[in-house]
This record gives sequence, C-alpha cells and structure tokens, in this order.
Amino acid sequence: MERADLIVIGGGPAGLAAAVRAKEKGVDRVLLLERNPVLGGILNQCIHDGFGVLRFGSAMSGPEYAARFIQMARDAGVETVTGAMVVELSPDKKVTYITPQGLFEVQAKAVILSTGCRERTRGALAVPGNRPAGVYTAGVVQYLMNMRNIAFGKNVVIMGSGDIGLIMARRMTLEGARVHCVLEKLPFCSGLPRNVRQCLEDFDIPLCLAETVKEIHGDDHITHVITAKVDEKGRFIPGSERTIPCDVLVLSVGLIPENELAKACGIEMDPVTGGALVDGDLMTSVPGVFSCGNGLHVHDLVDLVSEEGERAAEHAAAYLEGAANKPMVPVTVSGGIRYVLPRQLTAGEDGYLSMRVMLPGRDQKLTVTAGGRTLVSRKMKRVMPSEMIRLKVKDVPACEQVEVSLV
Amino acid sequence: MTKYDVLIVGGGSVGCAVAYALSRYDLKAAVAEKELDVGMGTSGRNSGVVHAGFNNRPGSLMAKLCVEGNEGFEALCKTLDIPYKKTGKLIVGYDEADHQALIKLKEQGEKNGVKGLEIIDGAAIRAIEPDLPASWAMLSRNTAVFNPFLYSIHLAEASAQNGVQYYLNSPVTAVEATEEGYRVQAGDHTLACRTLINSAGLFADKVSAMAGDPSFTIYPCRGEYYLLDKGTLKMPVYPVPRPGVGGLGVHLTVTVDGNILIGPSADYIEDHEDYSTTEPILGQLRREAMILLPTLNMRTVIGTYAGVRPKLVKKGEANFGDFVIERSPKAKHLINLIGIESPGITASMPIARMVLDILSEDTELVEKPDFVPTYRGIPPFAELSRAEQRALIEEDPDYGDVVCRCETVTRAQVKRALHNPIGATGVIAVKNRTRSTMGRCNGGYCFQRIVELLLSEGKAPQDIDLKRRGDRPLLGYVKGGQA
Repeated sequence: MERADLIVIGGGPAGLAAAVRAKEKGVDRVLLLERNPVLGGILNQCIHDGFGVLRFGSAMSGPEYAARFIQMARDAGVETVTGAMVVELSPDKKVTYITPQGLFEVQAKAVILSTGCRERTRGALAVPGNRPAGVYTAGVVQYLMNMRNIAFGKNVVIMGSGDIGLIMARRMTLEGARVHCVLEKLPFCSGLPRNVRQCLEDFDIPLCLAETVKEIHGDDHITHVITAKVDEKGRFIPGSERTIPCDVLVLSVGLIPENELAKACGIEMDPVTGGALVDGDLMTSVPGVFSCGNGLHVHDLVDLVSEEGERAAEHAAAYLEGAANKPMVPVTVSGGIRYVLPRQLTAGEDGYLSMRVMLPGRDQKLTVTAGGRTLVSRKMKRVMPSEMIRLKVKDVPACEQVEVSLV
Repeated sequence: MTKYDVLIVGGGSVGCAVAYALSRYDLKAAVAEKELDVGMGTSGRNSGVVHAGFNNRPGSLMAKLCVEGNEGFEALCKTLDIPYKKTGKLIVGYDEADHQALIKLKEQGEKNGVKGLEIIDGAAIRAIEPDLPASWAMLSRNTAVFNPFLYSIHLAEASAQNGVQYYLNSPVTAVEATEEGYRVQAGDHTLACRTLINSAGLFADKVSAMAGDPSFTIYPCRGEYYLLDKGTLKMPVYPVPRPGVGGLGVHLTVTVDGNILIGPSADYIEDHEDYSTTEPILGQLRREAMILLPTLNMRTVIGTYAGVRPKLVKKGEANFGDFVIERSPKAKHLINLIGIESPGITASMPIARMVLDILSEDTELVEKPDFVPTYRGIPPFAELSRAEQRALIEEDPDYGDVVCRCETVTRAQVKRALHNPIGATGVIAVKNRTRSTMGRCNGGYCFQRIVELLLSEGKAPQDIDLKRRGDRPLLGYVKGGQA
C-alpha cells in the first residue's frame, strides 16, 4: 500500500497552512487531498475583501488569500491531489479516496482533518409551510453567483445574520435585487460588526433583530414569507406578524463543522462545537489524528483558521518524531463562555485557547487561573458571540486544572 | 393523434405497476402523468413500508391484496432492482388494554392470512430495540421497508423498456368518449385509447367524472413527517392503532437507507395538493415520537415533508373505505382504481393483476416473446464494495467524481439520472433516482454541482426546473455575466 507520513484532508485555508507548516517542520511526505478541482476551499467563492488583515496586514479577497498559501504549498513541496473525495479514514490512519483516476488507499502515520464546515439548512430548522423553490443557503447563492454568474430573484429576504448572509445581502443588492431585510431571531447580530456596517448600513438594508420567518409560502416558487417577532425565549409574539413578498429566501442560520469522516472513524465529538474533542496538541481521541480549522470549530476570521492549521501541523510533526506523551491539564470554564477549545492544555508549554461568549457584553474581565494563581487577566471592553476570543497562556503549569472565567 | 389500446392516467406506483404488468403483452400502452416524473404524489410521500396486512378489515380488498402484495414484494424488488429490506416491525403498547388490543390485532392479521406475527413482552422488545420503553408489542416479521421513489421509477422504466410510452408533464384536462373508447387531452398531447385506466390518485374522482362516471369524491387527508439523519433504529415502530384515526398513528420508520421518519399525522384538508407542514402538527409528531423512543435525537432533523391520502371516507365517518377496482358500471371503457391509499403500494402488483383480469374481458392479452421482465437501475455507488467502486471508476471516470457528499453520489449516476429512459426532467429526477440533495446538507453541496452539469449540457439557468414545471429556481445570468 502507498504510504505517506502525513495526510491532510481538505485543501482550504486550514489544510493548506497545515501542509505548508508540516513541510517546514521537516515532515517528509505530506499529501494534501482536496475534493474540489482547485485548492483554496470556500475562499474561492469569497470574492469580497477583508481576508488577511491579521496575517498579511492587507485586506485581500478570498482567492488572493488562497493564492498565497497555494504558492507556499508548491514551494514547500506539498504533494496535492485535487478532485479527491476522501470516503474513509480508518482508526489505524488508512485513508481511502476517490478521484476520476481511481480509488486509492494510502497508509498515513499521521492525519490532519481540515474538512471545513457546512451550512445549517431550512430542513434542519423545520420551518413550517410549503417547500417551494427559491429557498437557498447563503453559500449556495454565493457559489453560483460568484463562480457561475447565476442571477437569483429580484426580491430577497435574508433569514439569519451570519456573515455569509450579510455579504450576500450586499452582493445581491449590487446585482440589482432589492434586499428587504435581514432577519435575526436573536436580539443581537450573528455576523461581525464590520460586516453589519459595510454590507447592511452602507446599503440601507434593515437588520431586524428578534424577528424571524414563521412561515414560507408559495406553491411552486416562493411568493412570500410571514415573519414574526420573538420573545426572549424564542417564542413568536402573537400579533407581530408581517408579510413580506419575495422570490428568494436566503438562509444564513449557522455553520456546522463537517465531521462525517471523523464520526465514522469513531473519533469522540464535542456536542457544543460540533467538532472533535481535542487535547492541547489539537489531537483527537484517535492517536495521530489531528483536527483544525472550521472542521474543529467555526472561526470568525480566516487568518485564525490558518494559524490553527499551522499549530496542528507542528503537533503532528512532533508526534511523527515520536515526542513523548506530555501531561495534559484540563480546562474548565465559568461565566458567560459558551465553549473553550481545546479542553486540555499541555503542561510545560505555551497554550492557545479559543472561545466564544454566549451573549454580547461590555466591560468584563477574562481571567485564566491555575490553583489560585492568575495566569492571564484581560479587560474586555466589548464581547460579541460573533467574535472568537483568542488567548495565549504562557508556560502552562502542571496543575489540577486551568480555569477560564469571564465575568 | 396517437392511438393506444390502453391509456393509464396517473404515473404513481399503481399506474406504473399496471404499466409494467401490461408491458408483458402485445398492446400499445401509454401513461399520462401530470408531474415531471413518476411517483411524485402519494406514492413518493409516505413511510416506505411494505405492509403485512394485519391492519385491514378482514374480507376487504385492502386486506386480501395487501397480503398478496407482501408475499410477492421481495421477488419483485429483486427483479426490478428496487432497494428492499425485510426489517420486521413492532406495534407497541404500554398497558393491559394495549396488550389486549395487540392480541386482537394479531387475530385480525391471522384472519387475513398474515404470517409471522408474534406478541412479545418488554424484555423481548428491548432485545430488538434497547431504547423502547414499551411493555408489549406485536412483532410482524413480514413487514419490510423499500425505496418508494425507485419503486415507481423502476416499474416505469422497466415498462418503458418494454414499449410503454410515458407522457410526463401532461395533466389530463379533457376526456371525450368516442365510438371506440376515449380521446384524451394530456398536456400538449391528444391521445386516443380504447381503455382508460384511471389511477389518478388524489384526482381519480375528477378523472372518473371526466370519463363519464361522477360517482366518487376523494377526501384529501394529509400526513406530515419529519425526516431525520441515519440512526440506529432497526425496524419501524408503530403505536397500537386507535380507532377513528385516519391513519395508523404517528410512528417511527427506518427507511431502506437507514434514515428515521416520524409521522404521519392525519388531517383532512381542502386542497388536494397542499403539502405544507404546520407547527402544531410538527409539535405533535415530536411529542408522540418521544413517547415511542425517548432517546430520539431531534438535532438530527434533515427536513419535513407531507403526503396526502386519497380517502373515500369523509372526516368523522367510520374510517373504512375499501379500494375501488372495477370496470365502471357507467362507462364501459373505463377501469377505475380509486381510493388507493395505504397499503396501496404493497398491493399495487395484485391490483395490476386484477386490472389485467378486467381488461381481458374485452381485450385479448397475448404475451410478447421479447418481454424483458428484469430491470437494472443506476448503480448505488455508496453501497458497493470498494472493489466494485474501483471497477466502476475504471469503466467510467465520472464514477470517480463525487457530486453529492452526504450520500456519495457520483457524476456518472447524476448523468444517468438526467438521461433516464422515461424522459423525466428537473432536479427532482436526479434526487429521486440517486438520493443527491436528499442528505443532511439539503443539497448545499450538490445542488450547485447538478446545476453546473446541466449548464455544461447546454441548459440555460432559467430553464432548470426543480420539482415541477414552473418552479424555476434560477433567474438567468447576472447583468453582463454569462456561462
């Protein structure tokens, strides 16, 4: 059987960065498998700007950002196979993939999962009503419009205030459609503040908070939606209904890490993030299998996705070199934090924590403590569920647990 | 005007079964179907269960034909390459009254000639499905599940391979009696036939009236469903039937592909094709499903849908209307198949055989020497062994191009579905033949790839149909843009 030291599954921003860093760390044969005909993942359909501000100090388009990493992968000697759909990952790290050239099995010593995420659907929301044509997730509209020049309707309602929905509100407006509103069930926006400014406010598109679609109507094609306000428990408020005629309903109601391969492999999952449970080395419950990027947890900025891919690669490289098992310290959270990742840190090394809050807030304090000793203390002028908080914990002490708290 | 010996109105499971049965004989036959594909009405909107026949009133046509149909179903599925799994089924109860009701149900089943029924206790139930809290159940060993879309499709495609003509997207709008039979307007086609077989399901009353027999009224009774991702349920789980409810009660079904269904409800509605789901009913489904299986994970919901039963009994009437399968006493060239609701698909082949008997009264049935009974559909790539998959890719590289991620459907399968033998069009023709767009991402990955394939074959975006003629999801190209 064909062999590779490291197989990276998914050639989007996480996988590209991981593959490049693995080569830089001296891993011999790095094989990057990408199901699309080109590398870059979802970045290719993101023709708006704003990518790379943290990493490269300039706001690039998605394809530009991807192009940098694709070039780095080439220069670093990463072997890539495009048009390759991985159909199986076994617990002993045998990877099976399909391309038009055949079905291939490769034995890897380590694997990095960088499989990205998918969109939540109307079906998953189970919105009552008929199932007419004209209801799409934002990513589908984005792909067909940006990659294939396809036009959708003229009267648009956007359900959910995720970033792709906000981006598509602007995009569809620029193509001459009237975007009536963006509806968000929660009392705050799910997308980044910069997207609210640049995509909605600059184009006079109303953001209607605490309001969502109650019913979808239309026999063959969507004709209108009935919306209603919701109370703090998410229940519809009687009498608040309004009818909005539309020929397109775009859904931007959340992203779900894509983990079918991991689940089938028996990797333990985290029900909160929808990704794998990983330790301080971003290693999953299957030794030698690592996870990173939006397949691990949904990020807000691609720059951070790339960075996480690089860290996964560094740990994978160490694993391949036979680094000894290091003691892990569990991480616990309290206060308004929805999740922290990873839930373990490696004692004696610098640790990196990513977290999201449950509710927007102001003037809070984020602390990391271990056995009563404060490791990090940061004043948070403003926290938003849409923004991922990242934190470096220097030289994690060997202790019973590390506590993260936001109050 | 094209002349046929037999014209079947309605390409549901029953119409297609009749077409397949007829295609063995030297006859000129056609099917007129109003939708873009066959099996789009009640036939594709149900639980996908092959019933054993214990629910139906002893002595009824329903009971007789269901038991007959169940006996032959597995062999038929093998002949026509229709996915089928003999799962068995549990009808569960919780107290002594339910226990007694189950014993009665078993007696009724045995009266109908159903074999393989057994009353089992809680421990035996949990040996089969560990998470069911029920105390008593009737296990029906002969109940099975199958793919209801491919059932109609493969019957239709097999009959087309044997010479039956399909007029899809051709609703029957006028039926005129002539000397020799009927002249029928079906969409853009004017067709003549000697015998009209009415298997128009929800519209069978209207077709019958158009053909000269206004004796029937169909009362549409909607059932709503949840579709969940693949789970661990091994067999359908039904509650003890409650009298006076227009269905078998909200149940859990495992589909032949392993997905879980919750439903259906039973509510009489006005519009025969109102396939809406409603919040109160979805709430009822959730509650009743949690009673059957408290560990059910509602986070795995993929979608909701509804089907409509063509009932011959009104709301509130004693809930039994038998199948009507007869040469109309009012119109001698008309054979009516009316009120074919559950267990209609199970019974569809025996119904077709009854139709042949009725037809033979005035039509000579001569077997064709070149009749091919078997049919092979599109290879279900995801279910094949690695060696078989490898061989397919070698034969056609398009089998190595995965278009649908959730269900692992390849470009080769999608292409074959688009160029099917009966001329079905629309994204629906791909969905129902391959499962592409049916998975957990609701087409988030594959819809755009199917669109790209259609564009590459020269289709304009604004001409792509989704499910029905006119539900064109795409507007065209953006200003200044093109393919």
